[in-house]
Order: sequence, then C-alpha cells, then structure tokens
Amino acid sequence: MAWFKRQDKGILTPTDEKREAPDGLWYKTPSGNIIHIRELKNNAYVCPDDDFHVRIGSKEYFEILFDNNKFQELDANMKSADPLKFTDSAPYPKRIEASIKKTGLNDAVRSAVGKMNGSEIVIACMDFTFIGGSMGSVVGEKIARAIDHSLKHKIPFLMISKSGGARMMEAGFSLMQMAKTSAKLALLSEAKIPYISLLTDPTTGGVTASFAMLGDFNIAEPGALIGFAGPRVIRETIGKDLPKGFQSAEFVLDHGFLDFIVDRRNLKTKLTNLLKLINN
Amino acid sequence: MHLEFEKPIVDLEAKLNEMKRLASDNGVDVTDAVHKLEDKIIRLKEETFTNLTRWQRVQLSRHPDRPYTLDYIYEITNEFIELHGDRAVSDDKAMIGGLGEMDGQSVMFIGQQKGRNTKQRQMRNFGMANPDGYRKALRLMKTAEKFNVPIITFIDTPGAFPGLEAEERGQGEAIARNLKEMMTLKVPVICIVIGEGASGGALGIGIGDRVLMLENSWYSVISPENCSAILWRTWDYKEQAADALKLTAKDMLGVNLVDGIIKEPLGGAHTDMKSAAAEIKKVIFAELKKLQKMSAEERISSRIDKFCAMGVVSE
Repeated sequence: MAWFKRQDKGILTPTDEKREAPDGLWYKTPSGNIIHIRELKNNAYVCPDDDFHVRIGSKEYFEILFDNNKFQELDANMKSADPLKFTDSAPYPKRIEASIKKTGLNDAVRSAVGKMNGSEIVIACMDFTFIGGSMGSVVGEKIARAIDHSLKHKIPFLMISKSGGARMMEAGFSLMQMAKTSAKLALLSEAKIPYISLLTDPTTGGVTASFAMLGDFNIAEPGALIGFAGPRVIRETIGKDLPKGFQSAEFVLDHGFLDFIVDRRNLKTKLTNLLKLINN
Repeated sequence: MHLEFEKPIVDLEAKLNEMKRLASDNGVDVTDAVHKLEDKIIRLKEETFTNLTRWQRVQLSRHPDRPYTLDYIYEITNEFIELHGDRAVSDDKAMIGGLGEMDGQSVMFIGQQKGRNTKQRQMRNFGMANPDGYRKALRLMKTAEKFNVPIITFIDTPGAFPGLEAEERGQGEAIARNLKEMMTLKVPVICIVIGEGASGGALGIGIGDRVLMLENSWYSVISPENCSAILWRTWDYKEQAADALKLTAKDMLGVNLVDGIIKEPLGGAHTDMKSAAAEIKKVIFAELKKLQKMSAEERISSRIDKFCAMGVVSE
C-alpha cells in the first residue's frame, strides 16, 4: 500500500492562469552568468560579469552610437525582389515575407546618417536575425547607396558587419554584390573619405571576402567569429578538429587582419577618437 | 572517360569505326552506310548538346578531359613565360600566371589550374587557391598595369580553398583586396569562365571590362552540391539546385551578370580543344580591339558602373 495518495488528478490550473516570468526578462551568457535585460541594455549589451558581448542588431547599434538615438534612415523601404524565381522547399518571396513579419525589418541591413559625439557619420549595420544576415541585392544596394551618401557629403562611413555570407536565393546576383560594394569602396578610397569596418559575431563568407575586410581600419568586437569559410566546412576539409579560438577576433588580430579589438562599451568613444586623429 | 549522356554518341562512334575497319579489311564498299551513320551521329550530337540540362552542363564543365587554363594558354600563344610566387609566402600552384604573346600582342595571363591525374590534382589543390594565390594574381596584375599589358584571366575553380592556413593567412582579405584593386586597373581586363566559377574564389580574379563564359561553364555563388546540402540537407538535390541557381552561361547572360558567351565545338570543348582555343583567341582579340580604343579612365568608370548596376530590388 502506498504511503501517499494523490487526492486530485494531475495539474488542474488552466494554462492562462499560470503565473510565469515573461520571456526575455533575463539573459544567460554562455559561461552561465544571468543578467537582467535592463541592466544589459544599460551596459551596451555586454554582460558586466564576464564581458560577454550579446549579439545585437541595427536598432541597438544605432542606439549606442548615434547621439540621443537621433538619425535619418536611408532607403528604409527597400525590399528584396525575386529575380531568379528561386524555390527550394518554399518560394523565396514567402521566406522574405516570413522574415519581415518575424523581425520587423525589411532586409538584413539598415543604413542611416546622424551625429556621433557631434560629428556626422554614415552607418550601415547588418541584422543577423534576417535570414542569417545574408547578403542579397538589397544588402548590396543599400550599402552601395550608403557609401554614395558618404561620398556626396564627405562624411566618414562605418560598416557594422554581421553575416553568414551571400544569400543563396539570389545566386549570381548575391555574388555580384561583393563586386558592387568593393567598387563603391574603391571610389570612397580615392576620395580619401575614412571607412571603418567593424566586424561583429559572426562575419563570414562573401561579406568577409568583400567590404568587411576593406576598411582603412578593420576592427572587431571581442570573441566574434570571423572567417571566410565556416568552421564546419574547414573541419570537413581537413578532417581534424580546429584549434581552440580558431577564427575568433583575437585569432584574426594575431594574424594581422585587424587593427584592434574594441569593447562595445568603449566603441563610441574609440571611434570618435580615431576619426578625430585622421581629421587633424 | 565519358559522361552518361555522351554514351549513346560514343557507342555510335565506336560502331562507325568498326564499320570502317571491317570495310577496309574485307574490301566492301560501305560508303552509303558510313554517311548515314555519320549523319546520325551529328544529329544525335546536336539533339543532345542543344538540350542539355543545367546539371549536365555542370558535368561537362568538370569533364575529366576538359581543357584547363594552361592548355588554352599554350594553344593560343606563340610564347609563354610562366611567372611564380606572391613575394610573401609561397607559390600557389592552384593559381598560375605569366606573360604570353598572341600574334604580336603581349598579354598577362592569370588563372586557376586544375590537375589531370591524382598527383597533379593534389599539386594543383583541385584548382582551389589559397590567399597566396590571390596575392600572386594581384601582383601579376600590378606588373601588367605597370608595363601597360592587358590582362586575361581564366576562371576554373570549385571555390577558394577552405583550409586552416587559408584562414590564418586571410583568405577573405585576399579576395576582397582583389575585388577592390581590379576595379581600378588601368589596363584592359577580360575574364573568361572556362569551367567552374564557384563563388568568391572565382570572383577573386573575375572583375573585368568584359566577363565572358564558355558555353558549357557555370558561374554562381555556390556549387549545386553545396546549395543542395544547405537547403535540402543532402547532396541528392543537386539537379534541382542547379536549376534554382540558374548558373549556366545562358542564364547569367540573360540577367546581365556576364557580358557574353563563347561558343564551344559541338560536344563540348574537350572534343576539339584546338577549335575551342581558336574561338577564345578570336573573341579575346575582338574585345581587346574595342577596349583599347577607350581611355583608361573610361574603362575604369564603365567597369565600376557595370558592377554597380547589378542587383534587383523593389522600392
């Protein structure tokens, strides 16, 4: 005979009466630190205990960098077309539509002009939540036009990269965005307008092999994954495990492809100081 | 070696040879039958090769007998001096280059090189260049610019090499730099996809005043196999992937991502390398003639404008 007998059957509380902490109030970093979202936000989305840089998007970067979060967005309404009528398990326009709905963004990059510590700057920032920050015609075109804006008004250009690479669903068109953005950067370079490329977690593929590596200054956030080929592909190619820290920002700095690594909490000040030094 | 869709043709050709041999052995007149069979072979070839699927063209682009970069270079030049090394780390054997002379015209040739047998394939790393290869290519382009020699690149790669050392030495940076530097080269640049044109590895030597594709080559952001692996999580959908990517010469010309197609002999470049090379040479001369009439500034600005116009968006 059981020494304990259930009086009621199972759990009787209806789902909508359950008391729950709302989602997204707390954030747990990979090393296990738990931090309140409000505190995270006040700390440039960096965990104060372990300096972990949380992946953020254009909204947060604009908030961090533009004075009083004031800026004028460029080409905000540009959306993807479907030039190749691409279909895999779902038609490409359906994927776009779903991503727009899910993220509230129109594509994987936003560009804007505004003031950073009193000086004008054009910033284009990628959003990883939109199809892995992949680069199709919209990303290429918006970056190209942001550079045009820099050229026309002689304003420094900051590119914040965060991308898995080219967007397969635009095939040849995606590939040529690498050429297009590089062409515009060649013009910017000739006009001697400063271009700072900030590589954030993750920056890989066609983005690394075009505008992200072409800065007058290439800088990165700590711990960001930066590479051309993805780690899985390399592991399969060489048939060995990859060394610890391979393709981290620190590794890329060590091999000479970055000028420095910057803590996001100091990003605005450091960018301002750097631009001041070349404008003196 | 032949591909599956080549087999009926190869069989008929074997039959024809057999018929000719028997006739000469026995002294029988089979002229009529031979003519009939020859006609049949030509008809079958036309039928097969004008209706190739995209995937079949991908297979042709990788045909084991397909001519590679150096085959074409030696065929179209009277003299060729290969130049080696990136002056920093190594001499990448997957990317070759050098100065050649074509009917009195000096040209800087650059291109990915594949190997014909196992040993060569290893040495050439299957045509997958390391950063050293892209830097070697850029060094040779700058040399060509200095001495006012036009540049011809031959693109034939399954991609830039995704290796450990390639990452350490900055594969991304090497390709990115080439894209930017090639935009402002003062000399004429003609790029020809002769086989496989996969992704950034192809584009890394693919910025030109004219970008042309051989009839049975392909050019896209990813290979059909890898596209299938990512979208369907298996390699089995490579044929669908090839169709979805629209990666053939005709497709790419249709959306203005390349400037022209170079015709191959019926049956593919490997069936008649000499005439394939002759056609390439003819096209190079025709394009060079047009490009050399322009000033360096005109060429650079129209090169930049061309690439900047690529892309379709809705606003």
